[in-house]
Amino acid sequence: MIRARMWVFQNYGLLVAIAVFIGMFTLYISNHQAGLAVNVVTTAANKAVLLALVAMAQTIPVLTGGLDLSVGMVFVMANCLASAIVTGSPLQVALGIAGVLGAGLLAGFINGAIVVYGRLQPIITTLATGAIYYGIALWIRPVPGGFAARPDVDNVHETVADFMTYTVFNETVPTMLVLLFLVAVLIWIPFRRSVIGRGCYAIGSGGNAAYMSGVNVGRSRLAAYMLAGFLAALAGLLLTFVTYSGEASAPIGGTYTLNSIAAVVIGGTSLYGGAGTAIGSIFGAFILRTIDDLLFVFDLPPLWQPLFQGVVLLAAVSLGALRVFRIRNRLELFG
Amino acid sequence: MNAQTDSPPFWRMTGITKHYGGVTALSEVDFSCGRGKIHAILGENGAGKSTLIKIMAGVVEPSEGQMFLEGEEVRFSEPAEAPRKGIVSVFQELSLMPDLSVADNISISDPPGKWGFINARAQRRRAEELLARIGCEDVHPDELVKNLSLSRRQMVEIAKALGRDPSLLILDEATSALTASDVQKIYDLLGVLRNDNLAILYISHRMHEIEELADECSVFRNGRHVDTFTKGTRTDNEIVELMIGREYSHVFPDKPKHETPPAPALGIRNLSWDNTLDDISFDIGKGEIVGIGGLDGQGQRELLLALFGVLRGVSGTIEIDGKPASIPSPHAAKSKANRIALIPEDRKTEGLMLPMSVADNITLASLGSMTRGFVIDRSEEARRLDEMVRDIQIKVGKLSDPVSSLSGGNQQKVVIAKWLMTKARILLLNDPTRGIDVGTKQELYQLLRRLADEGTAILFYSTDYDELIGCCDRVEILYDGRVVRTLAGDEINERNIISGSLNIGADAAVNGSVTPKPA
Repeated sequence: MIRARMWVFQNYGLLVAIAVFIGMFTLYISNHQAGLAVNVVTTAANKAVLLALVAMAQTIPVLTGGLDLSVGMVFVMANCLASAIVTGSPLQVALGIAGVLGAGLLAGFINGAIVVYGRLQPIITTLATGAIYYGIALWIRPVPGGFAARPDVDNVHETVADFMTYTVFNETVPTMLVLLFLVAVLIWIPFRRSVIGRGCYAIGSGGNAAYMSGVNVGRSRLAAYMLAGFLAALAGLLLTFVTYSGEASAPIGGTYTLNSIAAVVIGGTSLYGGAGTAIGSIFGAFILRTIDDLLFVFDLPPLWQPLFQGVVLLAAVSLGALRVFRIRNRLELFG
Repeated sequence: MNAQTDSPPFWRMTGITKHYGGVTALSEVDFSCGRGKIHAILGENGAGKSTLIKIMAGVVEPSEGQMFLEGEEVRFSEPAEAPRKGIVSVFQELSLMPDLSVADNISISDPPGKWGFINARAQRRRAEELLARIGCEDVHPDELVKNLSLSRRQMVEIAKALGRDPSLLILDEATSALTASDVQKIYDLLGVLRNDNLAILYISHRMHEIEELADECSVFRNGRHVDTFTKGTRTDNEIVELMIGREYSHVFPDKPKHETPPAPALGIRNLSWDNTLDDISFDIGKGEIVGIGGLDGQGQRELLLALFGVLRGVSGTIEIDGKPASIPSPHAAKSKANRIALIPEDRKTEGLMLPMSVADNITLASLGSMTRGFVIDRSEEARRLDEMVRDIQIKVGKLSDPVSSLSGGNQQKVVIAKWLMTKARILLLNDPTRGIDVGTKQELYQLLRRLADEGTAILFYSTDYDELIGCCDRVEILYDGRVVRTLAGDEINERNIISGSLNIGADAAVNGSVTPKPA
């Protein structure tokens, strides 16, 4: 009982994010002509899962008290790379996928190595490397707007792409959601239970204390950025399956980076580090995506979209901060 | 006792020298200690104690010299190495991660589990066992450390150290944040560990602890190892003279006799807050030093915060010079109408902006009074800074140095200087001598009395009973958020404070059913 109460208290941000998402999604579904149809959910999932993965990527450096401004650019770079190399025979496709994910790991490794061994600040390091990764994306896909591949042209392996963007289990569950679930269960949860993952939380909560406790600080931080690169690349790979093309678009990269930070915060992770989870960020990303869908079903002028997004974002973040009003000792406001 | 006499000493270091830039922190120190003993290390701040133990713990590498563990030379290049050899330290600065749970913190160095994954259940069990060993069964292993009181955090810190299975345990001011009951638990534990043949190094500024615990004492002064002797072969005064190198007399300044009770400067009327403060009423007169006593966590800290406008939803009235005052924030508390100052509990987080300069810290609270238009008057600032630094003798190289470069005692002086700058007439202090050396403490007592004589009303919370007895004209004992006892004049003695703190009649303490905290 005590433990259950503590768990609720310690996961307040996550629970708020889940509740807000359920509320918004119910509103969306109840106002959608088709209701809770598989194809509605699948379309929503295909859009939301990409941001959810990038937000998960962002969560891990944030937990260490850092920030990764390059996740959006790694995402774009992986997209362009996938559109070039994930093609051909099943073996070539498999190798291509491994290559894209490996490129993400490498990008994360470079970020982490500069932060850990170069001792530069994460925010400026990843701003710079992000520009480099975008440069690589442009080099792979120099034409603005990317390579306009048609599905009938054998550019990206169609079968994989169709499978990924469609449904499984007798056409009831979107494949993307299954994949996100697998990432959460097979990557995030083991990470959180690992010594390296614990180290990330420890560094974010108190870097000196972690170092003095003999935590391998460098290893944990390096792993945090590598995992971020990996997850961002995975999202970029999936984008390729959704769009059948690669596009070196700076606005997309920038938007994903900023939205990933918003999703992390909405999901209850502290930007100071040390507290929060990537599961919260998933729901943070879902909330951000549902904002767009709500504007659509309520038939609001698309020109209002940024304004509404901002308002809803502020409202969501405020909900997460509601407990400030319960604080009776003002010193806790700053802790 | 199983002290080894024939074999080489358990721990030995020879010719240890450490330079920080041009400053020599330690100079050709030879030091050794053995198993089955509690070895106290004494010295003023800046005497080199911290550097010594940091070298032993592998946090700092010595510039010269050698270290031997059971006769074999050892070298530590990072903090993780010393504990692997059984040398575990509990530092004065807490080394806990506040956002992590108690169990996470205790096992952070080597979590139980396989293949790099942590077994949460085993970890919780381990935490429970260790907490039980130090008598802290009431701490839940899943609780986040940031939700614990300072005393409890320190106990978690000690549990964490024990979990690393030390053969040489170093405690640096380990009891300075503890409540009296936790202190007793630590005494008992150290006795057990000594019998388990551990070598224990104990650093403390509290003489009575050293008398209670130590077998051997080593005194450091100005980076040199001055003397080592068996406890009981030197008197307190001799020890203190070794430490500070000057005559040590009159720890506490004389208390003045008030013919008539002074006019109240601060009146507290029926103050209540949350479940922590319960209908508190008393006055503090101009020129009076009023102490708050009691076990830690009985609402003393909250009382000071309430008076300083930090708490929301306080009921009751606060009167200043007999008139009800409104204090909704610290900014209002320090305003011209109220002129209240608070020296907070934790100087590093609540008292100082550590990376900012000494000068910036001192003038921070009173910048409003040194402006010309919107611009800070630099020459006025410099003049008043100069005056203040001379007045309370802060030992500082340059005023532009970051305050983090000062020793603990001097940092506390900076905090006090900051509030003296505001010309406060009501001074609230929350355990201001925690972790500072004897010499600085003495200066502080004298400063408080001088301020009182100049008319300042002082409310002073201390966990050290000696201070309450030596400094205060009156002591209010808090228990469970209420004032249970008011002591004045000769009534302020250890027995009354302890019995009041435990909220029992004076008789119970006399017949020995209570173990008083040694003083």
